[in-house]
Order: sequence, then C-alpha cells, then structure tokens
Amino acid sequence: MNKIILIIKREYLSRVRKKSFIVMTILGPILMAALMMTPLLMDNSDTEERSVWICDESGLFISQFEKAEDINTTFFIEPLVEVKALFNQSNAFALVHIPSSTDSTISLLENSINVFAHKPISIANRRLISRNVESVIESIKLKNEGLTRDIIEKTRVDINLNTIILGESGLEKSGSTEIALGLSMAGGFLIYIFIFLYGAMVMRGVMEEKTSRIVEIIISSVKPFQLMMGKIIGVALVGFTQFALWILLTFVLSTVATTLLVNPADINPADIANGTELILQDVDIPQNGIASILAQLQSINISFLLGMFLFYFVGGYLMYGSLFAAVGAAVDSETDSQQFMMPITIPLIFSIIALQTILENPDSSLAFWCSIIPFTSPIIMMGRLPFDPPLWEIGLSMVLLIIGFIFTSWIAGRIYRIGILMYGQKVTYKTLWKWIKQS
Amino acid sequence: MKVLEVQSVSKTYIHHKALDNISLSVQEGQIFGLLGPNGAGKTSLIRIINQITIPDEGRVLFNGEPLNHNHIGQIGYLPEERGLYKKMKVGEQALYLAQLKGLSEKEAKKALRSWFERFDINTWWDKKVEELSKGMAQKIQFITTVLHQPKLLIFDEPFSGFDPINANIIKDEILQLKENGTSIIFSTHRMESVEELCDHIALIDKSKKILDGPINEIKDKYKQQIYKVDFSSSKLGFLDRLPEHLKLVQQNAHKAEIQILNDSSATDLIRFLLDHSDIKGFEEKIPTVNEIFIRTVQGN
Repeated sequence: MNKIILIIKREYLSRVRKKSFIVMTILGPILMAALMMTPLLMDNSDTEERSVWICDESGLFISQFEKAEDINTTFFIEPLVEVKALFNQSNAFALVHIPSSTDSTISLLENSINVFAHKPISIANRRLISRNVESVIESIKLKNEGLTRDIIEKTRVDINLNTIILGESGLEKSGSTEIALGLSMAGGFLIYIFIFLYGAMVMRGVMEEKTSRIVEIIISSVKPFQLMMGKIIGVALVGFTQFALWILLTFVLSTVATTLLVNPADINPADIANGTELILQDVDIPQNGIASILAQLQSINISFLLGMFLFYFVGGYLMYGSLFAAVGAAVDSETDSQQFMMPITIPLIFSIIALQTILENPDSSLAFWCSIIPFTSPIIMMGRLPFDPPLWEIGLSMVLLIIGFIFTSWIAGRIYRIGILMYGQKVTYKTLWKWIKQS
Repeated sequence: MKVLEVQSVSKTYIHHKALDNISLSVQEGQIFGLLGPNGAGKTSLIRIINQITIPDEGRVLFNGEPLNHNHIGQIGYLPEERGLYKKMKVGEQALYLAQLKGLSEKEAKKALRSWFERFDINTWWDKKVEELSKGMAQKIQFITTVLHQPKLLIFDEPFSGFDPINANIIKDEILQLKENGTSIIFSTHRMESVEELCDHIALIDKSKKILDGPINEIKDKYKQQIYKVDFSSSKLGFLDRLPEHLKLVQQNAHKAEIQILNDSSATDLIRFLLDHSDIKGFEEKIPTVNEIFIRTVQGN
C-alpha cells in the first residue's frame, strides 16, 4: 500500500511540476476567454457609422423609418437611375431601392426591394434593413385594416409552461427542463473531456516507461497492477488539480476583467436588465428571469446531482483509464496506438452524440440501455439524471459501472503485465487475446 | 548457506517452453554465472526470481523460505533492458527507486550520498537523466540496484555501455560486494568476465540446464588431455609419425598441441617427446569458459 502511494506521488508531482502543465493551466482559461471574446471584439470593431441610402420612390417610408444604431440613413425620392449614379461616386455603404407603390399594392413590395452595395453585405446588416422595411410595411398594412401597432402590442401573450411532475406518492415537483438540460449537457461533456484528456495522459505515461526501459526495474519492486493503478490515480489527481485551477483562474480572470475593463459609470441597470433578458431569450428560458432560474435550481437536488456527477466522473475515468494504460503497454510508439484506440474512443464519441438525442427523449429505450451499459453510462446517465430516471435504473447503472471498472482493470492488468515487457513486437488483437488468456 | 534455491522450475509461454525443470542453488557470498545463448531462458528464470512472473511448476526458496513479497527488499536486480525516467532529476529518481525497495527516505538519502561521494558524482544530483551520457546513466542504475544492500544481486549484462575504465570500477565494486557476503547472479555473454568473476556457473540451453558446477571442476571435467609443448628445435618431423594413442591437434614452428587419447599419463608423453627432441615448455591446456560454452551448446 505504501508503495502505491509512492507511485501516485511520483506520477502526480512529476506532471504537476512540468512546465507544460503550468503553461497549460495558466493558458487554458486565457485561451478559453480569448476564444469567447474574439468574436465579440471583432464584432465591436465594426462599429463605424455606415451611411445607407434609401431610394424611396413613393415617399411612404421616410416618415416611419426607425433610426437604427450605427446606420446613417439618407432618403431620396428621385428616380433610381439618378440616385444610383450618385451612389456610384459616393462612399455610401448601401443603397436600398424601394419601388413606388400605393397602399393597395404594398404587398407587392415584399419581393421587389433591392439593395445595391459596393461590397457584399453582412447578414446582420441585411437583417437590420429588412426588419426596418418589414415593420414599415406591417404598419401600413395594419393601418389599412384599421388597427394600430399599439393594439397589437397590448394583445401580445407570452405563455410560460410550468411542468409539474406527479410522483407516485402524490408528491408534486416542478420540472425544470431548461436548467436540467444545461446541467446534464455540461456534466456529460466534462466527463467526456476528462476521460479523453487524462486517459491519453495515462497512455503516454505507460509508453514512456516502456520505451525508456525503466519498467522492468520498477516491477521488480512492485506488482505491475500496482504500477498501473498508481499511474491512473496519479494522473486523475493531476486532472483534478488542473480543473480546479482552471475554475479558480477563470473566476479570478473574469473578476479582474470586469473590474478593469468595464467602467462603473457605464453600468446602467436598465442595460443589465436588457442584457439578461436577451441571454435568457437565447436559451429559451421564461421571461421572468433570474428568480425563475433560482426556483428551478432549488427544485433540482443539487447535492444529489453533484454526488452522482463525482461518481460517474471518477467511475468513467477509472474504467477507461485502465484501458488506455493497456493500450500504452501493448505498443511501442504513439503511431502504433491508433488501431487500439479505436474501440476505446468509439463508445465515448457515440455517447456524446447519443446524449443529444437522449436528452430530447430521456425515457426512450436507447436512453435506458445507454445509461445501463458501463461504456456509455457515465456520460449518458449523467445526462439523464435531472429527468429523474427510476431509482432502480440509477442503482443498476452504478453497480454495473463498478463491475465494468473491475472488469476492464482486470483485462487491462493482464495485457499490461505482459505488454510492458514486450519490445519490438508487432502486436495484434490476436496477441492481446493470448495475453489475456495467459496465466 | 544457500541464499537461493530454484527447485524444478518450469515455465511455458504460449508458443514455447521457456524453462524446463530447472534446478540450481546459489550460496552465500558466491558469484554465480548464469550462462546460455540468446533465447535460452535466462531472462525468464531471472524474472521468476524477481517475482515478475510466477513459475508454472516447481518453486523458489529464498533463505529457505518460499519466495514471497517480503523478499523484494532483499533482492537487487539490474535488468538487461534498463533505463531511467528521462525527465526526472537523478537524485530524486534514485530516492524514488530506493523507496520502492522499502528504504525510508532518510535511509535512502544517506546511502545515496555516500555512493555519490564514492563515485565522485555529487554534481549529478540535480541533473536530469536526459543530460547524462549512457555510461553515466548506467552508473546511476548500478547504484540504485545495490543501494538497499540486498542479500542477492542479479546483474544481467552489467558491463554493457561502460568504457573499460568504468567497467573496471564496476567490476571492483562487484567483488567488494561479494567480499561483504552478498550473493550475485551474473548473466552475461562476455566469457572473459565470467572467467574473472564467477565461482560457479550454470549453462542453460533450449530451456534446459545442461551444465552446473564450480567453475574449476567444470574446467577440469572439460579438459581433453591436450598438452601444449614448446620445442627448442624446429625439426619436428617426428610429430607426423606419432604412436596411435597420441594425436597432433595443432602445430606451428616450435610449438605443438598434442592430445593423449588413452589413459596413459603426461609423464609418458614427456618421455616420448624427449626421445625425439628437446623441450622448452610443457603445460596442460585448460579449456576456457568460452570453449566450454561453445562445445556444450553445439553438442546439445
């Protein structure tokens, strides 16, 4: 037991002290932030005022066109040919041509508006123009029918469905599909990333021991299985450390960034409210905002979910980790590892793809089987958990994951103990099978 | 006293039998040469002694007890395929390996310091292994093998990678260890070092033991009654007409090697030779381990 702790300590320290670990830990959140910020920044850099000319032959639009941000509109009532000639010499951004029409022929406009430009126009700008034109046409049409925009606004309804799930004991629980969806996706995805990132690290570690020829020295002191498990656990701790540091750094970075970059005077309560509303609309969350999210979060048993997440996180990693170790032991170089990586990565990739389908229908038989079979259960069951699958299914899935973990470690251990001492041999699935059978 | 006793050990892998009913024993303070051609089964046997694999049949006793995990700290093993973690610092790595053998950190540090002092390599402590030359790394490996003062040491090709000067240093260290009562199993293809170091040899070929005994007895046994004679004249025409019980093995200028084919004595041979010529030198030809190796393996 003492020796396995020694191994864990070495595996952990030798990785955590590496420059690449420190660099990745610091760079990770920065890269993430950059990845998310770049599109925003690029978009913002595009804020110069653009002049858009509108050739409104009938003069119907001039009075109702809303002034749009960043766009400087100029109206013309001259015929298109003349305006176009002027436009060609100007550096105006776009020329919108609205052919003349009367109230009765206004419907015809829908397909006859052209935009002339020197350069292709972005989708956002097109939408801006078309939204404006549409709303003017809409208003004109409404007026023709004897309605005003105010009446329409007043009659608008927005329904917010509260799902309430009736438990067998008559217990009522408010369902929380959106938050649940977010949580389960995030949980499943984290497990997926973790297994891939650190499973590969285990594999490379085993290969390093094999190619540097230190392995025979070590297994004359400890059992191969101890060495393998020590490495898997050590790398897991490296992963936890890195994740924890990433979360911490991201938190620190975002705090620093907001205090430094956002001028307090700019923070306008109304803006913030609008902002949240916008975000909420994007993810399809009811309009009454944060209060509702909090209510929903309370309805989910967070500590249960967190506990389960840890279980599937660790269980899934351990199960796949030993397989990665076995692959590392069987091959001499990273290039040879590809053929054996396939059967390991396929169930993982399958899980993450199946997760999307399963979330739409969390009680399907695909969902059931995928959350029971240990190869897919860490990701899929994690995704299903917020939808309250039956307890016996959770129990079965957990037991099977433990059995699966013991089984893969046993198989991997048998491949590992022989593989690490085999040099320069072409290993096929047939040889692996022989190693497993050999006493 | 027997430190190690291998009793009728057999081991079969999928394709072949690696060891077939091998028995041998190593005495305290003995250097035991484990010889054999490539693929004979030496490494399989060594791995069984190190508990890396277990035998299919037979058993191994260490100090009279069946081999178990408590013995790991009393065995030191320098494998033929050996290396170190390249990115780790020398001192740290040596400490780690020593602790895996059961030394405490303090004991290990103390022992390491004295070995580093002895080899005058104190400056290597904080170097990374990848900065060392092959010979330097081999030295570190030697130290980590013997550091925990094991009762039994197993060296598989310990001199590979060393220049002659360093090989000599290591050889002296091995002799010193033997002096201190350590038993050593020594596996190599360099027969001249077997000749120099070993007290006892065993030869394994095609997974069977074909020879086992003290090196002097084996040499005696393999003597073929061949005598090297140095004549003072070069008129050696009589050698072509030797009597039937004598055979001319080799001849050049003044010298000849003559084999006695029946059980007549060397004195008879000298008498016969003196009748025909004058003799400057006369000595029995002792077979080298190299010759014994080749003869037995080819005859097997």
